[in-house]
Amino acid sequence: MKSRRALYTGIFLAALFVSWHALYMAFGPRVLTPPWETFGNVVNILMAPVYWPHIGESIRSFSIALAIAFGLGTLGGVAIGGWRACAEVLEPLLVNFNSVPKVALYPVILLIFGLGMWAKVVFGVLHGVIPIMIASIGAVRNVNPIFVRSAQTMHLTRLQMIRRIWVPATIPEIFSGLRLGFSLTLLGTVFGEFFASQRGFGFLLMNAIDLRDVRTIMALILILVVFAVISNSALLAIDHRLHRRRA
Amino acid sequence: MPDAIRTVHARASGVTRVYPGHAGQELVHALGPVDLDLYKGEFLSVIGPSGCGKSTLLELLAGLAAPTAGTIEFEGRPVQGQVPDGIGVVFQEDSSFPWLTVRENVAFGLECAGVDPTEIKRRVDYAIGFMGLADFARSYPAQLSGGMRQRVCIARTLVLEPRLILLDEPFGALDQQTRLLMGDELLRLWRETGATILLITHALDEATMLSDRVAAMSARPGRLLEIISTHWPVDRDSRIVEDERFGAITARLWTILREQSMKAIGKTESRVST
Amino acid sequence: MTRYGWIRLVIVAALALFLEALCRTGVIPPLIMIPPSEMLAAAWRILASGEMKGDFYSSLANICIAIIFSVAGGFLAGLAIFSVPDLRAAAEPLLASYSAVPPIVFYPMLIVIFGLNRVPQVLLAVMFGFVPMAIHTINGLDRIRPVFLKVGRANRVSTFISIFRIQLPAAAPYLFIGVTLAVSYSIIGVISSEFVLSAKGIGHQISYAYDNYDNRAMYGLIVLVLGIATLLNTSLRYYSQRMLKRWTR
Repeated sequence: MKSRRALYTGIFLAALFVSWHALYMAFGPRVLTPPWETFGNVVNILMAPVYWPHIGESIRSFSIALAIAFGLGTLGGVAIGGWRACAEVLEPLLVNFNSVPKVALYPVILLIFGLGMWAKVVFGVLHGVIPIMIASIGAVRNVNPIFVRSAQTMHLTRLQMIRRIWVPATIPEIFSGLRLGFSLTLLGTVFGEFFASQRGFGFLLMNAIDLRDVRTIMALILILVVFAVISNSALLAIDHRLHRRRA
Repeated sequence: MPDAIRTVHARASGVTRVYPGHAGQELVHALGPVDLDLYKGEFLSVIGPSGCGKSTLLELLAGLAAPTAGTIEFEGRPVQGQVPDGIGVVFQEDSSFPWLTVRENVAFGLECAGVDPTEIKRRVDYAIGFMGLADFARSYPAQLSGGMRQRVCIARTLVLEPRLILLDEPFGALDQQTRLLMGDELLRLWRETGATILLITHALDEATMLSDRVAAMSARPGRLLEIISTHWPVDRDSRIVEDERFGAITARLWTILREQSMKAIGKTESRVST
Repeated sequence: MTRYGWIRLVIVAALALFLEALCRTGVIPPLIMIPPSEMLAAAWRILASGEMKGDFYSSLANICIAIIFSVAGGFLAGLAIFSVPDLRAAAEPLLASYSAVPPIVFYPMLIVIFGLNRVPQVLLAVMFGFVPMAIHTINGLDRIRPVFLKVGRANRVSTFISIFRIQLPAAAPYLFIGVTLAVSYSIIGVISSEFVLSAKGIGHQISYAYDNYDNRAMYGLIVLVLGIATLLNTSLRYYSQRMLKRWTR
């Protein structure tokens, strides 16, 4: 089964490269760069010291945004989930807020935080924290009451209950939320970088658009896509392992 | 009913059903060979341990599945590929469509067959009234209890005016007391329609109480071990449990089935038995 | 409205009043944020005067086109993946990684290929909304209970009737969840792309107002966008939950 999946992934990647090259032949070098050349450009970018501050800046803002989103989302979600009335009131609000075009709030964040790292971080957090919170609330509320009652009949202390019942029972669902939050925080931070600062990955992309520098545009997109897919696959593998241990 | 005037309504001859196993495992011999004659107008129950293939037998008789060997006949004609006109099926799980009201559910088969609307209304009204669903005609299945939903499924089959009704453990999900009442309903239906009824069940008392004949099956691969005739009067109901022969018949069934059931769950008869 | 609904309303109103107080007293300077009451007034003015009618229609048209393509395309893709087991094994890792990549990064490429018009915007929005629709189509088709198909066969219905009167209604609640998501993502996709780079549209107008320090217009538009999106999403989701509750068990 696993080798089959690898086969299909391989076939898909091959098809992707072939169609990419075909599009390049169709549209010409002013519109696209072909696969091999783009790989070369990626290597050039990663090796060129002039790009390092930008990449470093992006990594820094993304990491901070991720940490805040994870922390706030998990703690907030667990706290809200523990109090039933609170969860009933707040969850629909969170779900509603989650589905609006948050990009509309981007100018507001720029006005409040000014141009710079914090605007990006806050925008990234805004995207990631809500799904994580919703998932955490759900995780706590979905804990089978039977588990809790069994634990009570076994006279576990508060701390033991948390460590041995609540945490193992909620981790899989919370982790799924974290995985989603990872992707969304990435989206928010990258988007935030389009306008919020003079450094960073998003800035490079916007700059390349302005200069119509197709080669750089494609190379940057490729870097981002590869990063996103690899990190998501890793998280997905962990997610599957966590879920497999449950019925 | 004297044997001489009985006609065979449906017949399974040498019927076997074999499945290919999962992912390269060996074949699953689910049923057979089975020979069974269903007489017109009778109420026959098939009882057996879990996994013996009783549901498979029903699906073969209905034409929902094809036998690997042997033949199925209904009203003298072979059953192949599709469900013949004149057969109605009630399934084990609740199969009422949740997106239709009770009335729409019951009318479903007739509407698909393009029956005249006035005729549909007549038959649907009758079936709904007969099954005691008149007050709930405009409700949705989700608003009804399990027993009511099964009544909807039975009503949906009733409107087709089937001559043979096959029921696959229709009361399995209900509590015992509701089951007994539903059994009475089934008998009433049987008397009013004059249809032949084949009931699959795992409850010994239900089989004994309701049927003219009870067929006991062995553990997988299911074969018919014995058919017991009850000779109950036609106007019986669940109070037949008071009859002195009820206990004897049920006991006989359990004697046959106890060993089969143990085989089905993997135990063998102990040498030192009680 | 339920009790909790009222509490939610109170919370939102309280937050709005709090914000209003902070703005009016000058704790939040007007260059950063104007009071909510003025935001609403500005929103009303924009609507009533019709001064941005062209942009509204443009965005709305793009969103509608994107919804149609996301729903139709996602449904067909989901149907294909569901029906062909090999395709499903191939598609699964793909669908899982798809949500990892922020589609907005492809926008520059789309502009370069198609030019600065509605095509890249609609395409981007479809990229956002297509996959959730496909995933929920597959989910809905998976959840069609086999016994319903048996009932169809017991009634000797044609394939056409089986599909349209049994299978689609059985899958409908889940398909509708996919539609709800497709709508929500189409809005996000169109507005985002208009904001990044566009000649017209609501997103473009918000960006323009920001660049020109026109806080009134900016906040008015933001309130309009968020308000309309919330209204649409909430009603779709409400209807979706009702359908789910009634049509499944």
